[in-house]
Amino acid sequence: MTLSEHDSKMLLAQRGVPVPAERLAIDAAGAVDGARIVGFPVALKLCGTGIAHKTERGLVRLGLADDDAVARAATELLAAAEPDDDVQGVLVAAMVKGNRELIAGVHRDPQFGPCVMLGIGGIFAEAIADVAFRLVPISEIDAGEMLDDLSTQALLASFRGEPPVDRDAVARVLVALSQLAQDRPDIVSVDVNPLIVVDGLPVAVDALVVVDGSGR
Amino acid sequence: MTARHRLASLFEPSGVVVAGASSHPGKFGFVALHNILASGYQGRVFATNRDGGEVLGVALLTSIDELPHGGAELVFVCTPPGANLELLRACAARGVKAAFVTTAGYGEAGDDGRRAEAELVALCNELDMVLAGPNGQGVVSTPASMCAQIVAPYPPAGRIAVASQSGNFVSSFLNVASQTGVGISRAVSAGNAAATSIADYLEYFADDPETAVSLVYVEGLPDGRAFFDRLAAVAAQKPVVVLKGGATAGGQHAAASHTGALAADDRVFDGMCRQAGAIRADTVEAAFEAAATFATQPLPRGPRTVVLTTAGGWGVVTADAITRSSLELIALPDDLKEAIDAHLPPRWSKSNPVDLAGGETRDTVPDVMRLVATHPDVDAIVYLGLGIQSNQARFMRESRFYPDHGLERIVAYHERQDARFAQAAAEISDETGKPILTATELAVAFPDNAGPAAVRASGRLCYASANRAVAALEHLARHARWLDRRGLRPERQGAG
Repeated sequence: MTLSEHDSKMLLAQRGVPVPAERLAIDAAGAVDGARIVGFPVALKLCGTGIAHKTERGLVRLGLADDDAVARAATELLAAAEPDDDVQGVLVAAMVKGNRELIAGVHRDPQFGPCVMLGIGGIFAEAIADVAFRLVPISEIDAGEMLDDLSTQALLASFRGEPPVDRDAVARVLVALSQLAQDRPDIVSVDVNPLIVVDGLPVAVDALVVVDGSGR
Repeated sequence: MTARHRLASLFEPSGVVVAGASSHPGKFGFVALHNILASGYQGRVFATNRDGGEVLGVALLTSIDELPHGGAELVFVCTPPGANLELLRACAARGVKAAFVTTAGYGEAGDDGRRAEAELVALCNELDMVLAGPNGQGVVSTPASMCAQIVAPYPPAGRIAVASQSGNFVSSFLNVASQTGVGISRAVSAGNAAATSIADYLEYFADDPETAVSLVYVEGLPDGRAFFDRLAAVAAQKPVVVLKGGATAGGQHAAASHTGALAADDRVFDGMCRQAGAIRADTVEAAFEAAATFATQPLPRGPRTVVLTTAGGWGVVTADAITRSSLELIALPDDLKEAIDAHLPPRWSKSNPVDLAGGETRDTVPDVMRLVATHPDVDAIVYLGLGIQSNQARFMRESRFYPDHGLERIVAYHERQDARFAQAAAEISDETGKPILTATELAVAFPDNAGPAAVRASGRLCYASANRAVAALEHLARHARWLDRRGLRPERQGAG
């Protein structure tokens, strides 16, 4: 069973993973209210338990600067929903600006059990595959060494006018994922993608949690 | 170690009986007995064969029942699967504590084999007998002068312990040990590992005073998670070098998530090793050389490395390799520069690499090496250029002009000097507690060159290239950092 983006991020936020300010709205008026609360400009995404590949289906609108733009986008996104999407509403989120994307997650390895992953994110993440794994549970020392393991260290230093990645903050995200995997054996996988670096600090801009619904 | 370890009866048996000895020198039952006797094993040796007779001077027992009680702690089993349950029961009755079963036809051989293996395991559990194998090549233990295996070689004694899921890799590691002179304490081919696994051997090695470092080859790990827990526990005590064959099965079929897709191949295994503090290497040479370095060099305090060379190009390439690694090619401290100045003409490099540029006289190499090694900002040295003069000396000695024209004297001088330099590297390393790695292709091109030969005589590895020395040193520095971050570095550090 897949949790919606909103539910996935709320689950992570409870564990201390930084997520953008966001509101779930069920209609255009609610979306406008939400945008005023989180602050313009905003991103709108259709949110439901059955939605994968949001970007490919055009279910993400970025940089909406005023009430009208938000209302129009919310109406269009809700109209684009299909029955299988199990739509909860539209997610109104503060825009997050950062040049660097990481990817993090939890995976249950058939041989080694639950493990935590950190990698260089972005559209080439799987092609570049600059990633590090550790078995759950991890310590903060292990988490720091996952950062050391990445080959692309230049991306973690000062970059295009942005400060270096706060390694401790990234380590805390990884430890939080590890604790979540340990406490919740029903969690099959977690993808935090992208984990955008904003002024050096990681923010989980999108997340997808898959839960074993068989009643464990 | 309080009580004697259970596996001591495998690695340090008071006596050995070869079950299924043969008079045919091509058969395993002959080879095993031959190797036990030829390696100089000092315990009592027995052998059985239904037909009796004598092999290699050993009078054959026609049945285990003829074995004096307590005469053999280890049985080396060469008999077919059908005979072995009865055999082991009889062995237990005569005080045998461990069985190495070399016989094939068990778990690797279909349903019948699997059933036979399960029976073997159940019986050994019942008898409280150590079961190594089946389908394994044997066990080597140099402190016991014991080569209980069905293949050569018997390696030189040393402090590396080998456990392998492939017998061939035991042979590979032992062959490299023979070539390099960096020796072995124990070696075992786990075979089907029906009852005694790689993790069991690692735990024995961790407690074994004869062993400084473990070297393992693994393919499949039925319970990866339990292996990790045990690996982490032993790696905190002693370094473990891991060579792995085959990508893990995990990941590929769970590729629904990005994280799952990225877990493909053996990235999870790699992370598992790093988390456990094990040292992973990709090739037989790299794995052995990492283990040999842990066995013979002190652990560095940190990554700060100086290259000491008698000629330019080598130093440059070595500096490149260090720069690409997680080691640090330090800028030469001013006080060290001044100290070296006093020993060399002005043309020396005055930077790291410390290039003596041919300015050395009789004592320059050891003197400068000592200056560098004793400097508090230096954690490790890579030393290049050993043996060049002895290589020239070899050519002179083999030429028709030798020993005239002053050749005898200069040849002896060069060889004495290179031996001194190698000796100095070992002594200064011991004194300072800092690794000094000597690298030259002469180690393999002309292994009897006085330089590499003296490195071997000092008990250390002479690296065949500077890059390989840098790779080995990086493993040491990384492991030191892993220990330090967790407060696990032993109080008294040293070469073992």
